[in-house]
Amino acid sequence: MKRQNDHFPTGDAFYSSLRKRYLTASIWQTAFFSALLIAIIGLTALLYNVADGAFGYVAYEYKKDPATFTSIPVNELTRDDLQAILKENLSSGAYKKLDNEQPMAERSQSDLYTLFLERLVQIDTQATWSMTDSIFHGGEIRAEVAKKYPNATLEFRSWLTPQFLTTPMSSKAEFAGVRTAVLGSLWLVGIAIMFALPVGVGAAVYLQEYAPKNWLTSIIQTNINNLAGVPSIVYGMLGLAVFVRTLEALTSGAAFGVTDSNGRTVLSAGLTMGILVLPLMIINAQEAIKAVPDSLRQAAYGVGATRLQTVWYHVLPNALPGILTGSILAISRTLGETAPLIVVGASTFITVDPESPFSKFTALPIQIYNWTTRPQPEFHSIAAGAIIVLLAMLLTLNATAILLRNRFQRRL
Amino acid sequence: MNQLDLRKKPRPGEALVQALLFLAGILSIFVTIAIVYELGKEAMLFFNDPDVTFAKFFSMTRWQPGIGQYGIIALVSATLVTSAIAILIALPLGLFSAIFLSEYASLRARSVLKPILEILAGIPTVVYGYFALLFVTPILKLFFSGDQLQSYNMLSAGLVMGIMILPLIASMSEDALSAVPRSLREGAYAMGATKLETSVQIVLPAALSGIGAAVIVGISRAVGETMIVAVAAGAGPNFSFNPLDAAETMTGHIARISGGDLSYNTIDYTSLFAIALMLFLVTLVLNLISQRVVNRFRERYE
Amino acid sequence: MLMENTYAIETKDLSIHYGGFTAVNEVNIKVERRKITAVIGPSGCGKSTLLRAFNRMNDFVPGCHVSGELLMQGQNLYSRNVDPVEVRRRIGMVFQKPNPFPKSIYENIAWGARINGFKGNMNELVEQSLQSAALWDEVKDKLQESAYALSGGQQQRLCIARTIAIQPEIILMDEPASALDPISTLRIEELMQELKKNYTILIVTHNMQQAARASDFTAMMMIDENRSGGVIEFDETKKIFTRPMDKRTEDYVTGRFG
Ligand SMILES: Nc1ncnc2c1ncn2[C@@H]1O[C@H](COP(=O)(O)OP(=O)(O)OP(=O)(O)O)[C@@H](O)[C@H]1O
Ligand SMILES: [Mg+2]
Repeated sequence: MKRQNDHFPTGDAFYSSLRKRYLTASIWQTAFFSALLIAIIGLTALLYNVADGAFGYVAYEYKKDPATFTSIPVNELTRDDLQAILKENLSSGAYKKLDNEQPMAERSQSDLYTLFLERLVQIDTQATWSMTDSIFHGGEIRAEVAKKYPNATLEFRSWLTPQFLTTPMSSKAEFAGVRTAVLGSLWLVGIAIMFALPVGVGAAVYLQEYAPKNWLTSIIQTNINNLAGVPSIVYGMLGLAVFVRTLEALTSGAAFGVTDSNGRTVLSAGLTMGILVLPLMIINAQEAIKAVPDSLRQAAYGVGATRLQTVWYHVLPNALPGILTGSILAISRTLGETAPLIVVGASTFITVDPESPFSKFTALPIQIYNWTTRPQPEFHSIAAGAIIVLLAMLLTLNATAILLRNRFQRRL
Repeated sequence: MNQLDLRKKPRPGEALVQALLFLAGILSIFVTIAIVYELGKEAMLFFNDPDVTFAKFFSMTRWQPGIGQYGIIALVSATLVTSAIAILIALPLGLFSAIFLSEYASLRARSVLKPILEILAGIPTVVYGYFALLFVTPILKLFFSGDQLQSYNMLSAGLVMGIMILPLIASMSEDALSAVPRSLREGAYAMGATKLETSVQIVLPAALSGIGAAVIVGISRAVGETMIVAVAAGAGPNFSFNPLDAAETMTGHIARISGGDLSYNTIDYTSLFAIALMLFLVTLVLNLISQRVVNRFRERYE
Repeated sequence: MLMENTYAIETKDLSIHYGGFTAVNEVNIKVERRKITAVIGPSGCGKSTLLRAFNRMNDFVPGCHVSGELLMQGQNLYSRNVDPVEVRRRIGMVFQKPNPFPKSIYENIAWGARINGFKGNMNELVEQSLQSAALWDEVKDKLQESAYALSGGQQQRLCIARTIAIQPEIILMDEPASALDPISTLRIEELMQELKKNYTILIVTHNMQQAARASDFTAMMMIDENRSGGVIEFDETKKIFTRPMDKRTEDYVTGRFG
């Protein structure tokens, strides 16, 4: 072949074209990196936005001056003082009701103090400020409050308090908590696990260890992959039609003698969630089982084990950490899913803890949704608090999964 | 004397377990059947209503079954607008992030950056809804005047949905890019190609079907996403393609109506199932296509 | 200058390290222009490592670094101001497993020329390159079809064709025929004889007959007590295979090694 070197740039011409190529390359590299940076900024903004809402100044007024109830300064009130004040000033009916919920004599000082503020003094929030504003514009906020709300007290508070975790729902954001919602979410997780874990692992074992390679198996597999992509709200509709409506007698507990409930129970919602996470559960468990080397199975068969013995004594124990990790990740969806719960009828306002599968319920994401969509800013603040609780629960689950995975990897 | 006995022995325990496992395996089929049956049954009731016709369903531009208006377009339009915005955000950003992670980032950097994307992917969507309504919308208000931008709007919901889908597209595309054999990259480098030329002209086209699958899954996610739009896009069907308007998507509508007190056997109730059925079919088709594409991609390189 | 005309590339105490491990230790060879030089030696002795050092492919291996000098026309290819992209354009490479791009046959050849700023007639270049690689007759009717539709041997010749298309001075080949059947192998060998009129070729091979048959010079590599590879003998192929200086070379080429 004849050389055509004249057609390729040489010397300086080549270097100048190479410089151009490198320039393009570095521009694009910057673009690629910026994309990732934007994703990270998005995440940061989201987390910051939540923190921003959960802490900050609030200006509140007392509807009634605490001095009308007692001559003791409020911060010196003892437990007994508070109980006496409550007994004196609450209507006897209201006091009895509270005493029935939890005997007044057993309640702590802070508990009674909250009741004092909520029922008697009646705190009324006038305005709230975000964390950023509170930190950088503290002076202006103080001036504004002094002018607009002369009677108000200004306080920097965290909406996420120990009390927030332990008190049930309330119609006043200042006294609302996530106790009922957290318990509801835990019930959901529990019921979903009880359904999806055995069925999911069973299906995975069947598909990996037993299923013949035929059309039925391939339909099952394709179907599972498809189910994993069905929008969660469609599962909600399924739950509504099947568990809430068709199986109402069972899910409301009517068949077991429970009378005061309809099908919109934690059982219906939990089963809906179980079905929703099932495909993911199966896929994750399949991956874990796939990772068990074939040589192990052959070794077991080689010493005369039956298929069940091979699976039970060799495959499953080796796949177990992987199955657990995958299951935790799958089940963590139960904590965050909201749409299906709305559809199957989670209650938005409920103050009693769920006590049985046939209880009405609410869940953490439902509260977040409900509080976020309220117009009053103090509800946005408790929504932020609830988000932090939810993210913390998710983080715990994920950390557990990662720890398990690391142990698993080290062993193999 | 013992005789060698190799006849098949009945093992009832084994058979029982195998039957149970088979049931677990086949259950997923029943779930699909149940979805199709239940959605189909109620949707049939909806369409059997003498007042409802397919013509009305697909041509009217208002949706209010209570007063005889059945134009699904009023909901579909909002789904289209929010999903389109989401993909417009998530596709370039996700793809670029994937290229950076798979072709440029060092192992150390990748081990830090990938988990960040995973965290982003694991945040519940209701939290994204909070973010859209209370962070993105106020920021958008700085750029648009009050009468242009409604306080619930599709733009904010779409943007945040884009951020939500981004990690999904990024991680699926990254998988596709990393699956391209190293020998292809070496071949390109040995021809005197720069890193960019190799990544964009050789590796990217080789991974195209995998990336296509990622985009389709992303679209299906966007169409089915509920909480972001329920919180931030608006509460009421509105046939509009203006992203600054408030409007309700198919999913958002189901969530709002079913969240209220809904009695069975009403047109409101059955209409929700008709919407859900449409949603199911659309996402089903998208998922099937994406699986096809992925499988073909796998065959090529495995 | 005479020197420039004789040697295409030479190494001076060239060592290659993977992290703390010295894979190739102090190689000194002078590769003659327009000749075929074979690199032989037992597995793991650093043949690929050395070959990849010639066009700086090892730049992509994290932790790999080079000491000593690699000289092309008096310039050290590892000196700071040398651009690796330019180096690879001058020194092409054919790999063990054929790795055509997932593009059409035509594009496989045109791509490299295009990114390197080729200004001439592309159709002509594609035809010439395919002809030089002895592939033209087999593919001239399906230039727009995917390169993956070719057989392994055809794919490997396509990879040679695309390397020729950017008109390098040196072509490196790392066991180019090891994945091919004997007939395809022979064709590649014939092709090498043809190419040697215009190009300097460096080839790694495990096939002793191939080295003896096809090459003009042979570098024999072997690992030392530190597991580092080195060239223990470098001479005309005739000499290496008939009167080697080193006992180890003799054992290896006669198959008595191990
Ligand atoms: N990327 C790498 N990182 C670390 N060490 C490597 C790497 N590649 C090769 N090595 C080591 O360098 C030495 C030489 O490897 P090389 O691949 O060059 O051998 P070779 O002579 O080509 O062998 P073969 O004939 O089997 O292809 C070996 O000990 C190998 O383990
Ligand atoms: Mg090698």
